[in-house]
This record gives sequence, structure tokens and C-alpha cells, in this order.
Amino acid sequence: MPDNLTTPTPAAEMVNATINGIKVQAPKGANIIEAGERVGVFVPHYCYHKKLAISGICRMCLVEVGGPMRGPDDKPVLNPDGTPKIAMAPRLSIGCNTPVTEGMVIVTNSPAVKQAQNAVMEFFLINHPLDCPICDQAGECKLQEYSVEFGKDASRFREEKVHKPKQVDLGPRVMLDDERCILCSRCIRFMRDVAKDDCLGFVNRGSHTTLACWPGKKLAGNYSLNTVDLCPVGALTDKDFRFKMRVWFLKETKSICTSCATGCNTVIWSRENVVYRQTPRENDAVNQCWMCDAGRHNYKHINAASRLKKALVSGKEMGYADALKQLGPKLKAALADRASVAFVGSGRATNEELYLFSILAKGGVSDCVPRTWDGDNFLVNADRNPNGAGAKIFGVAAQPMGSKLTVIADGIKAGRIKTLIVHQEDVNRRGIGADLLAKLSLLVVVDFRPTETTKAAHFVLPGVTYAEKRGTFTNANGRVQRVWPAVSLGGEERSDWEIFRDLLRETGQPDRFGDIAALFADMAANVKPFAGLSLEKIGGGGVQISVT
Amino acid sequence: MDPILIHLIKIVGVVGVLLFICAYIVLAERRICAFIQDRLGPNRVGIPLWIRKDGSAIQIGARWALGQPIIDALKAIFKEDFVPGHVNKFYFWLGPMLVMAPALMVWAAIPFGSTLCGVPMIIADVNVGILLVFALASLGVYGIVLGGWASNSKYPFLGGIRGSAQLISYELCLGLSVIPLFMQVGSLRLTEVVRWQTEHLWLVCYPWNWLPAIIYVASSFAETNRAPFDLPEAEQELAGGYNTEYSSMKFAMFFLAEYANMITASALMVVLFLGGWHLPFVPVSGGIAVGVAHICIFLAKVCALALVFIWVRWTVPRVRYDQLMGLGWKVFLPLALAGVLITGLAIVAGWSPS
Amino acid sequence: MKIERKPLTLWERLYLPAIISGMMLTFSHLFRKKVTLRYPEEKPEMPPGYRGQPVLVKDDEGRVKCVACQLCEFVCPPRAIRIKPMAYPENAKYKKVEKTPEEFEIDMIRCIFCGYCEEVCPERAIFLRGPYSVTGLSRKDMVFNKEKLLELGGTLPDPIKKWRKK
Ligand code: SF4
Ligand code: SF4
Ligand code: SF4
Ligand code: SF4
Ligand code: FES
Repeated sequence: MPDNLTTPTPAAEMVNATINGIKVQAPKGANIIEAGERVGVFVPHYCYHKKLAISGICRMCLVEVGGPMRGPDDKPVLNPDGTPKIAMAPRLSIGCNTPVTEGMVIVTNSPAVKQAQNAVMEFFLINHPLDCPICDQAGECKLQEYSVEFGKDASRFREEKVHKPKQVDLGPRVMLDDERCILCSRCIRFMRDVAKDDCLGFVNRGSHTTLACWPGKKLAGNYSLNTVDLCPVGALTDKDFRFKMRVWFLKETKSICTSCATGCNTVIWSRENVVYRQTPRENDAVNQCWMCDAGRHNYKHINAASRLKKALVSGKEMGYADALKQLGPKLKAALADRASVAFVGSGRATNEELYLFSILAKGGVSDCVPRTWDGDNFLVNADRNPNGAGAKIFGVAAQPMGSKLTVIADGIKAGRIKTLIVHQEDVNRRGIGADLLAKLSLLVVVDFRPTETTKAAHFVLPGVTYAEKRGTFTNANGRVQRVWPAVSLGGEERSDWEIFRDLLRETGQPDRFGDIAALFADMAANVKPFAGLSLEKIGGGGVQISVT
Repeated sequence: MDPILIHLIKIVGVVGVLLFICAYIVLAERRICAFIQDRLGPNRVGIPLWIRKDGSAIQIGARWALGQPIIDALKAIFKEDFVPGHVNKFYFWLGPMLVMAPALMVWAAIPFGSTLCGVPMIIADVNVGILLVFALASLGVYGIVLGGWASNSKYPFLGGIRGSAQLISYELCLGLSVIPLFMQVGSLRLTEVVRWQTEHLWLVCYPWNWLPAIIYVASSFAETNRAPFDLPEAEQELAGGYNTEYSSMKFAMFFLAEYANMITASALMVVLFLGGWHLPFVPVSGGIAVGVAHICIFLAKVCALALVFIWVRWTVPRVRYDQLMGLGWKVFLPLALAGVLITGLAIVAGWSPS
Repeated sequence: MKIERKPLTLWERLYLPAIISGMMLTFSHLFRKKVTLRYPEEKPEMPPGYRGQPVLVKDDEGRVKCVACQLCEFVCPPRAIRIKPMAYPENAKYKKVEKTPEEFEIDMIRCIFCGYCEEVCPERAIFLRGPYSVTGLSRKDMVFNKEKLLELGGTLPDPIKKWRKK
């Protein structure tokens, strides 16, 4: 995913070095691990993480390092053929904390390095329990991976292993197994430096060193689960995902978190149309490598048993096509008098859905439901609508968002508004109560779950969640980012944009939105901020647009 | 009674008994071959008397699988009657019928008892009895050739060709081997042959008839396509032979015809060599009881011979095709001619009573 | 190699004596003891180590040995195995083992009896053992659940007491 990598600023000064005989140019100050990555030389590491401070305590990244030799006169010593003579350092150096310098020679595959890696692995495994069968990390465990690649095939350790606390309740969402901890301190550094919630540390000494929370503290912050991602082994595990499913069964689908307007990039892990977990996906323009716990765990509604899988006509289940056939003429008749129709769109809808919705709502009164609470100064945005920006661009939301909801309520009360079209919102809880909804002659709701509003609706068309459709969201900073379908319920439900496309067709609009690409192209042609964009251009990393 | 009615009763009776014996001779074959191979063979299905609510059944003869022919027949009837697309439909249908019909028709001229209530126990006592029998029996080859040819597939075709060649060759030996008998009896009428044997000894008792008897038995193995001469349907070589493409009832017709032919051959053997319905110490004529006894004696002899047929099949391996042809033309034909000569000499010498 | 065939003597070429002696032999077999096993009334005795259908075993303490690691589910070529893992409930006797299958199903119609599950199992919990008669009247019957698999498997003592030291 090249769009996810930070491109170094061209101004950065570059130094030349050689790794395993391959010439490499790296920005000044980059360490050997980063330099190696540029030319495809992998240096194994545990404690190093590019977003964390370097601590250099795991010793997995040992490499041989050398440099141009200098004579007593401080002049470079030359070989007979005129090239500078290289002097290798007598001891191995750790790759993570050794910056690359001009003319440096690095060897990562010499017998000495291999022996060192082998020895380090053996030390890691001395006290490591044989827990893989019950360890959630198995399958994505760096200890397993390096053990296969760099370790020994059998253990020489015959003594009793050191026993440490197991099943330690570290916080509301995180479980710790101290025996599995390899003491890399990534979790400590993350909580201290990134989450600014210094709560973890090591206690005891030597083989008995143990990770623990400071007295009176818990690993409880809204970013605690990032330590689970960071932990290279199965010491820290997510209580929610614990023992649910093996990672090797899970399909990874790129997505974004739709719990707030930041739109952290994520991966949805699913198996056979069930979502098991979400993890952050690196994007330096949005969320770096992190996401908040609330957003991460906000996926349970996707596979909720109560999901709508059929269309409802006056409360009766019906096939989607049949419901559409019944709804079409009624909606067309109602839309003839635009003044009597109101629309409640959703700040949780994709840009494409909002675009279609805006076409449908042209001439009627429309608004969205605002969701503004406290943000933090890190990732969580005060606006919990993932696409409030889009709702504004397409004019579906009033200025300010939510201000027209009372107008709609009054209109219904006065009998001026007879038709209401609602997308994904429970307006019943937003000032348009059941008594008002009962007064409507036509209430159409597109939603994926039953609410009080769908109960009152004449027509409910079953939509889907963000994990089941294609589309784009615009985050608070005006970054357009894509989602992909990870699961499918297999019922009569449709992507919401398909529903709106069908509604537009039924009400006599020209049918020009065949598929999502055509729809996006149409949107790019008609809505200025999206001009020149296409789904391919947005890709996995998103594209910045200007929202004024 | 109306003679037509009497004939109808006899026909129905003969066909019924024949098919019944066919069905059970199949079972006997399966049991006997199993026993010869130290197995048990079918031993589950009895004749159901009552099906209980839970689906189990009260049945008799389950140990001896007396119900096996019934379910075999049901299976054959209810299996899909598949006709491959590439066959010549008309002849494909005709084949099994042509095989089955002669096997049944032959019985018209076979005396299966003396008299019952004054009615002769033969359907058509024609004066060229044996010729009629051979003429009808050799019609069966048309069925095999047609079946093999109409299947439009190489193995059935080869099977059909083999069948026709084999049948025609051995027809000759068969015919020659029985000539000595008629030289002695002086009539082609089969009732006459039996009557002769009741007055003298059974024909097999005269040493000069032994050679014809052996040739007759061997040739009838070949005529009925049974091991060791079952080349038209050699599974290993021809994937089943002329009936490969047949299924369901059509296959069952071929299958039954083979057994019907076997019984017919046994019956002829009994009539020609083994005294027909005659048994020493049983009166040659008498009331109903004697008439019934004669029928039973005849059937018992036929069944005993059929069992020998089975016994031989599970003992002797199949011969090679060239061996079969060589045996027929180079050994049996001269020997049969020699048999005619020897018998002629015996008659001239006055050894044969007549 | 060329094998010389002895020319047949006249007696041999007559065939009839050979046929008759053969028939005597087959006749004698009619009365021999039969080898047929009258399954299902009579069941064959399976030798120890017989590789029948996959089953789950318990250790000598009666603990379900499977820890729901799902490796067998992963390795099973026809995907016959379905496992739903769960954590041992609080104050369960084997809480220290942490993980156990909540449901463990093998679809015996899918299973091809390859034995990969037995080979891959790190806990020696699944074995291809004695039971060989896999029958059922419906597809659902053929999906054996955890209870059935444990019942078929019984206990299999194991000298390695991995979890005792935990
Ligand atoms: S941390 Fe890794 S090596 Fe250790 S038990 Fe878990 S999966 Fe196995
Ligand atoms: S718990 Fe994990 S991340 Fe934290 S120090 Fe141990 S191994 Fe490292
Ligand atoms: S024996 Fe093979 S096919 Fe059967 S459950 Fe085990 S792994 Fe799957
Ligand atoms: S491999 Fe063994 S321990 Fe793992 S789930 Fe299968 S039976 Fe259970
Ligand atoms: S990665 Fe270099 S010491 Fe851990």
C-alpha cells in the first residue's frame, strides 16, 4: 500500500550505505531497520516500532556494522584499488538504535548475526510457556514467526520455567498473561508517550521481571487496545476477541471506522459473514497506527440478530422487489407536491448515498440528525457522525445541522407535511414522536435495524451497515475515504445507494447510476468538491478534498 | 372340457412353473456359488407375511433368502429403464424379447409328464419334436446378435458376434449328438423317446450313448452361454458382453432367458437320456396320483441337472475363444460323427434293443 | 524368462478327469465352515491402533483434552470440523487451561479419514480410533457433536501432564 507510507520530505539529507552488498540511500538519522526496509532487507525486531520511541531492549535486531577506516592521520585508509578500506566493528550492534551514516557497511546475514539471532530467540523461549494452542496471538505472533525463521528447532532447557501471573485483569478491555510477555516495553511506551496515560511498567528483576500496572491504576483509557495490537506476542489480548476465533480463519477487508468524523482507517476481520474484530490500519494522514477502543468495538450491530433482512410494508415482511413495486406509484404521487414532503438524511451515510438522497430531496425540506459530544485531543472527534461533512456538501443537512428537525415536526403537526422519508435515523428519538409519525400518510424508512421509526413506517426498505457496502465517507478534515464490503447477510437487504437508485427510478428519474463506479463518476461530474476524483484514485488511503 | 381351454391351462401352467423355477434357480446359483467359495450368500430376505408398524417384518425363510427372487424382480422392474441415446431403438427393444420368447416356446414340444386325467402332459406332441425344439432354441441367437448389434457399442457388439459364432458351431454338435438316439428309438417324437425308455432302459445306460451324452452336455453348456463357455458375456473381456447397455427389465429378460435356456437344456437332457418322467418302480400309468408323480419326477430330474450346471459353472474356468471354436469343430464334430457310426454299428450288431 | 510348458499327457488332455476332480473339490467346499461375518449382528474385533473415525478423548482425570486451538479445523482438507471456542467459566475446575471448545462438530459425511487432525493436534486430543461404523439417517445425524465425539473417544491416558504444572 504505497499510499500509506510516509514519503520522506525531499529536503531530507540522504546518506549512502550498503546492506548485505546492496546500496541504499536513507535519510539522515534513519536507523538500520528502516534503511533495510527500503531495499527489502528485513531485520527482525520486537521492541522497535516506527511510531514509538526507541528503547533497544529486545536485542533481536543485532547486525554487523562497519565503516570507512581512518588512519592515524584521520585520513580515510584506501585499498590498493582506491576504494576506502572498511573496518567492521568488533561487536554486533542493534539495528534499531544505530543511525545509518555515510559509507556505512551493514551485514545482516553473516554467521555471527545468525548465531546472535538464534541465541536471542533461545533466551526468549527459555521461560516462555507452551501456550500457543490457547493463545489468541497464535497465527500472528512474532515469537512464533521468528522462532520458525531464526530459532532452534528444539529446546535445550530442561529446568522448571519461571512462573508468572496468568490471566491478569489489566483493565476493562485488556487481559495480560505475564508468562508470555517478552518484556519489549512497547505497551509501556505507547501508554506513556502516545496515549499520555502512563500506567504500565516493569516490576521485579532478572528472569522475574513482570509487566504490571502502577499501583492504583488500570489500563483503562480509550486507547488501551492499541497495546494489544502493539504487543508482538500474546501477552496482551483483547477481552472482546479473546477465544472467539483464530486469526488464520479471518478475512481482512479494508474499511474505515464510522464511529466519529475522524474516520480512522481500519481492517475488518470476518469469517463467513461474521465480523470478529476491527483493527487500525496505518494512515499517517488520519490515525497513524491507532484507533480508539470505542470505535474498535463498535461492530456488534453488523451481525445483530435483529437486523432487517426483508422489506416491511405496513409491518408485514415482503420481498424487496415487491415492496418497491408497491411503493413506487405512491412515492411518485407524493413527490408531485414537494412542499408536503420532508426528508431526514443521515450523517452516517456514504457520500454516494447522500448524493442520491439530495437528488431525491430536491425541493423538499431536509435535514440530518447531529451527534456532537466531547472529542479528545487525539483521535476522537466531537462530531460522531462519520460523514457530517458530506451531509453538508450535498446540502442534505441544514445549517446548522439539526435545525430543521423542529420545522419538520411542526409541519407534520400542522398537517402541511404528509410524507416523510428517513434514512438510517430513529427520528422518534429526535423530536418526531410516534404521535406525529402516525399522522403521516406516507412514511418511508431505509434502515438496517428495527427502530421505533421503522415500526411506524408504511414502507421499510432494508439497508446495510458500512461493513457490507461500497462507498466513500468524507471525514472532518475533508478526506474522502473508501469502505469495502466485508460481509453479507444474504437476505433481501441492499446497499442503501442501490435502494435510493431504485427509488429514483421508480419516481421517474432517468436511471443513470448503474453501479457504484458510474454513480461516483456522476457525482464527481456534478458536485464540485469531488471533481476529478474516482474510486480508484481514492484507493485505500483516501484523498484530501477542500470543504469550505 | 374344451381342448383350447385345456391347452391354455397347460401353457399357463408350464410358463408359470418355468418362470418360478428360473427365479429360484437364480437364488440357488447365488447360494451355491457362495457356499463353494466358503461364503454365505444371500441370507436376509424371507417371504414377508406381515409388516409391523415399526417397519420390521414377520417373514419366513429369511435364513434361506426365500424372498430374494421377489425383491430382485421388484428391483428389476422399478429400476430406471435407461435406453442410451446411441442405440438403434427398435432392435434394442426387440433383442430381449427375441431371447426370451424362444426360451419359453421350446417348452411346447417337451413332454413334462405322462398323462393326467387322460390329458397328455405335453403342449404340442408334434412328430418332429426334436427338430422343432432345436429350431426354436436356435432362434435365441437372433436376440443376442440383435441386442449386441443394436447397442451400437463395441463390447456388446463383440459379445453378439461371439454369441452367434458360438451358437451356430455348437448347434451342429448338438444336433449330431442326438442323432444316435433317434436311430435307436426310430422316431423324432419326444413322447416316443420317453416311451421307448420306459419300455427299455434309459438311453444313457447303453455304453455307445455315453459319448453322445458327453458331447450333448458340453454343447448345451455352450448353447446356454454358461461357464466354461460363457464367452459372449465375459465380464473381464467384454464388460458384460451383449447386454452391457441394457438395464432394468430388459436386462432381466436376458438374464432370465439364460436360466430358462439352462432349464430347457436340462429338460431335453432328461427327456433324451435320462428317461423323462420315468423312474424305475413307479408305475408307468395309473390315476391322478401317478400322473402327478411323473410330473414331479420330471421336475426333480430337471432341477438336479440344473444344479449340476451351476456346480460346473463355479468349478471350471472359462476357456479361450479359439479353444472354444477348436473344441467345437475339431473335437466334438468328428466325435459326434463317430458316435453316429458307433451306434449304427451297435444297431447292426443287434446290441441295441428295438 | 521363458517357461517351458510340459506337454500334456493323454490323460490330462482328456480334461474330464480334471474337471471331475475339480468338481469334487468344489463339492467339498459346500460343507466347509463359512468365513462370512454376519454384520451387523456380528461385529469384527478391531485390532488395537485401528484407524477409524476421528473422535475426541479425555485424559485420565476426565478432562476434555481439546483446548479449541482450531488447528484441526484449519488443517482438515474437506473442512469437516467446526469448532466454537470458549473460555472456561470462572471457578471451573480447569480454569487454568483457560480455553475449551463450547461446540465441536465433525461432519462425518465430509470427513475423508485422512488423520490430519490427529497429526496436527498439539494437545493430543483428537484421534482416529476404534469406531468405524459411521451411520445416520439424515445429514444432520451425520454431524457428530462434542458429546458424541467424546463418548465415542473415551479416555486415553497420556504420560505428559502438561496442564498439571501450570
Ligand atoms: S505469545 Fe506467541 S509463542 Fe507465546 S504462546 Fe502466544 S502464540 Fe505462542
Ligand atoms: S506485554 Fe507485550 S507489548 Fe508489553 S512488554 Fe510485554 S511483550 Fe511487550
Ligand atoms: S480425519 Fe481428516 S477429514 Fe476427517 S476430520 Fe480429521 S482432518 Fe478432517
Ligand atoms: S487440534 Fe486438538 S486441541 Fe486443537 S482444536 Fe483440534 S482437537 Fe482441539
Ligand atoms: S528492536 Fe532493536 S533491540 Fe529491540
